[in-house]
This record gives sequence, C-alpha cells and structure tokens, in this order.
Amino acid sequence: MATRRIGKNTVRFATPPVIVTAGTVAGPMESRGPMARWFDEVVPDDMFGERTSEKAERRFMGDAVKIVLKQAAVRPEQVDYFIAGDLLNQIVTASFVAEDLGMPFIGVYGACSTSVQSLTLAATLVDAGFADLALAATSSHYQTAERQFRYPIELNIQRKSTSQYTATGAGAVLVGQSGGKVKITEATLGRVIDMGTKDPNQMGPAMAPAAAETIFSHLADTGRDPAFYDVIITGDLGSVGAQILLELMQRRGVPLGDNYADGGVMLFQGVRGTGVGGSGCACSALVMDGFVWKRMCEGEIKRALVVATGALLSSLTWQQGESVPCIANAIALQL
Amino acid sequence: MASPGAMKKKADDRAKYQKLASSIVPRPQLARNIAVAFVVGGLICTLGQAVMNAFIASGMTGDEAVGPTLATMILIGVVLTGLSIYHHIGEFAGAGAAVPITGFANTVAAAAMDFKREGYVLGMGAKMFIIAGPVLVYGILAGVGVALIKWLSRG
Repeated sequence: MATRRIGKNTVRFATPPVIVTAGTVAGPMESRGPMARWFDEVVPDDMFGERTSEKAERRFMGDAVKIVLKQAAVRPEQVDYFIAGDLLNQIVTASFVAEDLGMPFIGVYGACSTSVQSLTLAATLVDAGFADLALAATSSHYQTAERQFRYPIELNIQRKSTSQYTATGAGAVLVGQSGGKVKITEATLGRVIDMGTKDPNQMGPAMAPAAAETIFSHLADTGRDPAFYDVIITGDLGSVGAQILLELMQRRGVPLGDNYADGGVMLFQGVRGTGVGGSGCACSALVMDGFVWKRMCEGEIKRALVVATGALLSSLTWQQGESVPCIANAIALQL
Repeated sequence: MASPGAMKKKADDRAKYQKLASSIVPRPQLARNIAVAFVVGGLICTLGQAVMNAFIASGMTGDEAVGPTLATMILIGVVLTGLSIYHHIGEFAGAGAAVPITGFANTVAAAAMDFKREGYVLGMGAKMFIIAGPVLVYGILAGVGVALIKWLSRG
C-alpha cells in the first residue's frame, strides 16, 4: 500500500522536504518585467558572450546552479542527484551542465512543465530517503527555442494574436530534509491531455485543459478549496490560455478567484513584443524559484500552488498535422 | 486501444473544447494588418521604382534596369537583415515586408546567419534555403505551368 498517496493522482510527502535555497538567472527581456526584482542575476546580453545561443543557455543554467550552491554553502559532491531538463533536443543543456557539475544526473523532459516535474522528483527522492540533497534545475532560451521549434531569429514573421515569447533564463532549487522555511507538501503529476489544438501558435489554448485537469484533481485529492492557497500560479498559459482556464474551472464548478495568476503573464507584463505572455521552461522556473520562493521566505505568501504547464509537441509532429499533447504538474509549497 | 464509443466521446469533447477556445481566442487584427501591409509593402515597391528610375536616368533601357534594380533591393534586404532590422519590419508589417523581394532576401540571409553556427557546409550551406526553398520550388513549377499554357495556346 502506497502510504504517501492521497486521492487519485496526488502525493503527500511523509516528512515534507524543504527548499534549502533557490536561484534564478534571467535574460534582458525578462529583467524589464515586474518579476525582475526577485531574480538573483540578470544578464544584459542574452548570448552571455558566447558564440552560440545553445552555449549561452548552458551558462544560464550553470549560473543558476552556482548561485544555489554558493547560497547554501554546499559543494557539488555533497549533492546526491542533479535533476534537470530543458527544451532542446536530447535535453542537451541539462546534460552538458551535468557533465560540468559531476553529480549523478537524472535528465527529465516535461517541456515547460519541467520545473515542477524536476522539483517533484527531487522532493520524492529526499522524502523517501534516497537523497539528503537533490538539485533541480531548468532552463530555456528564446533563441534556441525559436531555432528548434520555429524559424531563424532574423526571419520576418508577424506574431499571431496568441503567440507567446520563450523566456530566456534558468532556475535551480536545492531540496533537502531540513534547512529551509518553505516546505514541499504535496505534488500532483498530471495526465497527458490533448484536446485537439493543432496550431503551434496556440500553446495557451492547447495547455489550458491540462492545467484545469491537474488543478481539479489536486484540489479533489487534497480536499481543498482554491481559497486554501494564497496564490495559484500556472506556468505559461499566457493571457488567452489563462482566460480559457478560468472558464474551464468555472464550468467544472471550482471557480478560481483573485489568487489565480499566470506566470507567463506575470513575467512579461508591460514588456513590448512578448505577445500574450512568456513561455518555456524558464518561465515557470523564474516565477516559482524567484517570485514565489522569495515571497514565501519573506512570509508574504504562506501557501502556494504552482502548476507548470507543458506542451509536449515536437517540430515534426505539428508539421505532420498532429495535435498537441499537453501536461500540467502541480506542486504545493507551504510555510 | 480505446473502444469506438470512447473514441467518439473523445472526438466530441475535442470539438466542444475547440469551440469554447475559439470563442475566447482573440481574432487577428485583419483590418490593421491589411492596411499596414499595404502601406509598408507599397513603400518598399515605391523605393524599388525609384531605384529603377535612377538606373533608367543613368542611361539604361527599362529592360536593362530590371536586373540591377532587383539586385539593389536584394542587397537592401540582406543588409537590413544583417543589421537585425528587417525582422522588426516584418513583425510590424507582416506580408508587406514578406512579399517584396526584400522579404525573400531576408529569408535566405536569416537562415544563413542562423545556421552558420553549425558550420559552413552542414549548417549554412545545407540550410540557407530552408525557408526560401519552397518559394523557389513552387515558383519554378508555376513558371513551367504558365509557360506550358502559353505554349499550348499559341496561335
């Protein structure tokens, strides 16, 4: 009998692991948004002085990890697992950073939901006694994502009314058994949901049903009301996807209140040229590991539900006319 | 494998959701996009005409001036791409920036810049026409088709 499972899809940690510390590194566009004051490092040059944007993305993830290790005064060899992922084929950013760090490595892919997926795995390993310290990290980069999923950077393309802007940056979280205020109490990993959206410019509308499903089952499994949380934050639905999510939750009889916000909207509020909001692994990571974690440390937020949403498509599948399978992973953080 | 009933329900749920989503997704700003494309595209063509007139004024015939004019417009498109300006024009003007030959030059130059990082052979050489390729293929195909019609209908 699995003693840590509650309801259908949720895990309740027996001795809730804590976030020892978290670190964020953000690019220039991100630093113009309202989340900037909670970033640990802002890089004005999104190429990080490197020759390729792929190398630059590694620098972002590497720096986020370095910040965390430094803040926690932990040496790399004290960390039992490095759990990381990104958007690039074969998650090369994570693998290259892992090689540099020399920690046992679990590479994960959940598209933009990777931040919560990796954090859930880290918490699970710590709670079950497989690790004293586990480090979760995610990154994305506007240029590397555009190159892989869309078009060359300098191509003349007009943004669609639902287009989002991939965040450039990285977040890292060190999870341990003690030594931090913020506890990871529950996690709900999502089912893959595909409601037939085929347009790769409509990631928000594609992912909203997955977010609704995960939030709904998290609340059902825990017996909680949305108002239990001070904030419920989805990863990167953008303003259009967020609006659809509100409608879906309303229809399911669990309306979300003013405590709901979307990370993609929060990240790029008021930043020109970012469409309906941010996206990418770094979007939810920057909001969760920056804003949410720091506000919790300050005591301003006591209970947070972060629901990272991911579109599990490849550039081949959408060209072949397939719709977009999506996932949402939720993690509950409490003081 | 899901049963036929379950598959039917899934299809129905999807159709229902797509209807809901499309009621919330904002419509493209068609009037704005068309107007801006018309003005910016028109300006680019006016510039092209001015360049052509300049060549004619320098003593070329109209036919002779076509080649140098196209080359000049392509050069302008490539330089603006290299200076990271053309994609901003594209973002603003849509088809107005994409349809003139400057836009075609942009697709080649943008791909060349992007894939240069993977080397001159496997990167730039192989992928330079990744966007422009289809335009060439179907442009040539259409040319052959039109020529065929002309040939068949010769008097």
